[in-house]
Amino acid sequence: MDVFHPSVGRFYPADERSGRISARRSVALLRRLFFLALGLSAWSCHSPEPVGPTHVTWYVFDEPSGAFREAARRCTEQSGDRYRIDIVSLPTDADQQREQLTRRLAAGDESIDIIGMDVIWTAEFAEAGWIREWPMRLTRRASAGRFPIAVQTATYKNALWATPFTTNAQLLWYRTDRVPKPPETWDEMIDMAEKLGANGRIQAQGERYEGLTVFFVSLLASAGGSILDGDGTQVSLAPEPTRKALTIMKRLATSPAADPGLSTSREDHARLAFETGHSSFMLNYSFVWPSALKNAPEVAANMGWARWPAAAPGLRSRVAVGGIDLAVSTYSRYPELAFHAADCLADKANQRIAAERGGLPPTLYALYDDPAVRRRLPFADVLRATLNDAVERPRTPLYADVSLAISRTLHPMRDIDPDRDAARLRKAVQRALRSEGLL
Amino acid sequence: MKRTRDLKGWLLCGPALAAMALVTAYPILYAVQLSLYRYDLRFGAPPELVGLGNYFSVLSSEIWWQALGNTLLITIVSVFFELLLGFALALLMHKAVFRRRTVRSALLVPYASNTVVAALAWKFAFDPTTGFVNRLLGTDLAWLNERWSAFLVIIFSEIWKTTPFMALLLLAGLSLIPDEVIKAARIDGASAVQRFRLIILPLVKPSIVVALLFRSLDAFRIFDAVYVLTRGAHGTESVSVVGYNTLIARLNLGLGSAVSVLVFLCALAIALLFIKSFGVPLLRVER
Repeated sequence: MDVFHPSVGRFYPADERSGRISARRSVALLRRLFFLALGLSAWSCHSPEPVGPTHVTWYVFDEPSGAFREAARRCTEQSGDRYRIDIVSLPTDADQQREQLTRRLAAGDESIDIIGMDVIWTAEFAEAGWIREWPMRLTRRASAGRFPIAVQTATYKNALWATPFTTNAQLLWYRTDRVPKPPETWDEMIDMAEKLGANGRIQAQGERYEGLTVFFVSLLASAGGSILDGDGTQVSLAPEPTRKALTIMKRLATSPAADPGLSTSREDHARLAFETGHSSFMLNYSFVWPSALKNAPEVAANMGWARWPAAAPGLRSRVAVGGIDLAVSTYSRYPELAFHAADCLADKANQRIAAERGGLPPTLYALYDDPAVRRRLPFADVLRATLNDAVERPRTPLYADVSLAISRTLHPMRDIDPDRDAARLRKAVQRALRSEGLL
Repeated sequence: MKRTRDLKGWLLCGPALAAMALVTAYPILYAVQLSLYRYDLRFGAPPELVGLGNYFSVLSSEIWWQALGNTLLITIVSVFFELLLGFALALLMHKAVFRRRTVRSALLVPYASNTVVAALAWKFAFDPTTGFVNRLLGTDLAWLNERWSAFLVIIFSEIWKTTPFMALLLLAGLSLIPDEVIKAARIDGASAVQRFRLIILPLVKPSIVVALLFRSLDAFRIFDAVYVLTRGAHGTESVSVVGYNTLIARLNLGLGSAVSVLVFLCALAIALLFIKSFGVPLLRVER
């Protein structure tokens, strides 16, 4: 105990007379200090609620242009001091967003009020009881004037669970200086690219991740098939469309026109590669347009857009829809305010801001005729036509498993054997639906 | 007398034991318990006891065995090279006459860096568009796109990062060798090779075993480097990545816990193997 004497004594001048204090007293002093500290910390934990509007927290991916922040600011203002929307940024990668959210929601985190939910999570979050059913009185506002497909993504078991905010779908981007007329079908495009030689590359997403699943779902839907049956409990994967989709994937990956890095390529790799100018085709989302204008104006000057190529002549291409819906967490302490805030965030004015500033395509049909939006999204008509025919990814609470099963089975695309892999794929998806085994 | 001393010993160890039980034993036992249930956080259903069903499911899956093979490959190759390089570095540091401190600190830099940051740096370095490796070697390879080269990069980044740790442990062993022994051997006419083989090596052996054990256990649990470099694509998945996917991405607590328990058992087996086959430098009681 000797160690403590000088230091303790120094703080208590009353004891300085004696010069030393007994061990017992120093223990008593330390104890008093300890309880004081404990009391202080307990007191600070129970500090009174801050006065002013209630804080409603919106977990959403980090949007670089600040459009979401602006929307939050506007809705806070419109609420007339009822609430204040705070944004918590999630990673840009959808898988990582989901990992963070599910971990919090599974633990019943009360700090989440509004969730910026990728369109593929609705079934999972609803089934797990993590999000609240959208209130009847707001249902009309959440669905009127929006793309049916966007509303569908927020629907599960005949109920609405979220309000559709932004949407997205892939287009075919091509070089107008090398390609006079955009190809209609995949075979036509690969032929064209092979003829163009060194500058004819096709950029797509081939890494083993969600993007590969999107690619397959889009090809399959374009060929007239689907992964799951209508109610999402049984595997569909009809033989003919599946074979067709796998054959196209195989042909693309083994063609000299494919990028050598296809098997690790994501959306952003594809964009970067296209911006170097050595590619003539790219399947990608609309974010590539503002990016090309900024980073590679000489490429952007010769950049055209068209619908995704069809699987076969006479068929219409159908691509998987993306975007985010806004849902309210079950564990939110202020659900009423959160519904109100989410409804405001997804309204017309804020969708316009998201489109104008962030280039995020709106879910409201009418905005595609808005001059400001069309300036920002000059491909609005092609995009709207694409979205009218777009498909959903499998709507099942086990979507994460199903997606893993698909991307695992089909990666790398160059090794696909259509006959063998159609059977493997069916088995893998079946196992995923039973949530069995490793994936 | 002895009994009271024993009691006192136990009492003194008590707090440490309690802390260990709390932070180590409890989670392990909880994982074992979870692994016996079918329990998925995505479904409201209460956990359902399935006995060893999850273990059968894991052990009958080709993914587990492939991941185990990958992990063992990474462990063995990287630890082998780390030992060689680490020993060479340790001898160098031991012999360094001037600037000893600078040499040691310089060697420690890779170990001090964060694994994720280091892995990201290597990812960029090996990237065909942004990296310098291709230019340096005069190759045109997408390193992380092929299985063998992806393994090479993963193992290389592991070696780069943890060789200093190995070197440091071995250096500690080397500095324990009394100078007199070496001097005596030199006077007796032992050549440098003989001195190394017959005197230094046997005396450093306990340190080598400890270093190998630590590194093997560490390398077996490799997660961050694989996660950052390939995310487990191209057949480079390690057992920890499989566990992560099952537990965190799929929220399948039962199956994921079974994977974790199996990883733990493998680590235990490695530790036992070392202790049994190399003697027990860790548990030797000094009197």
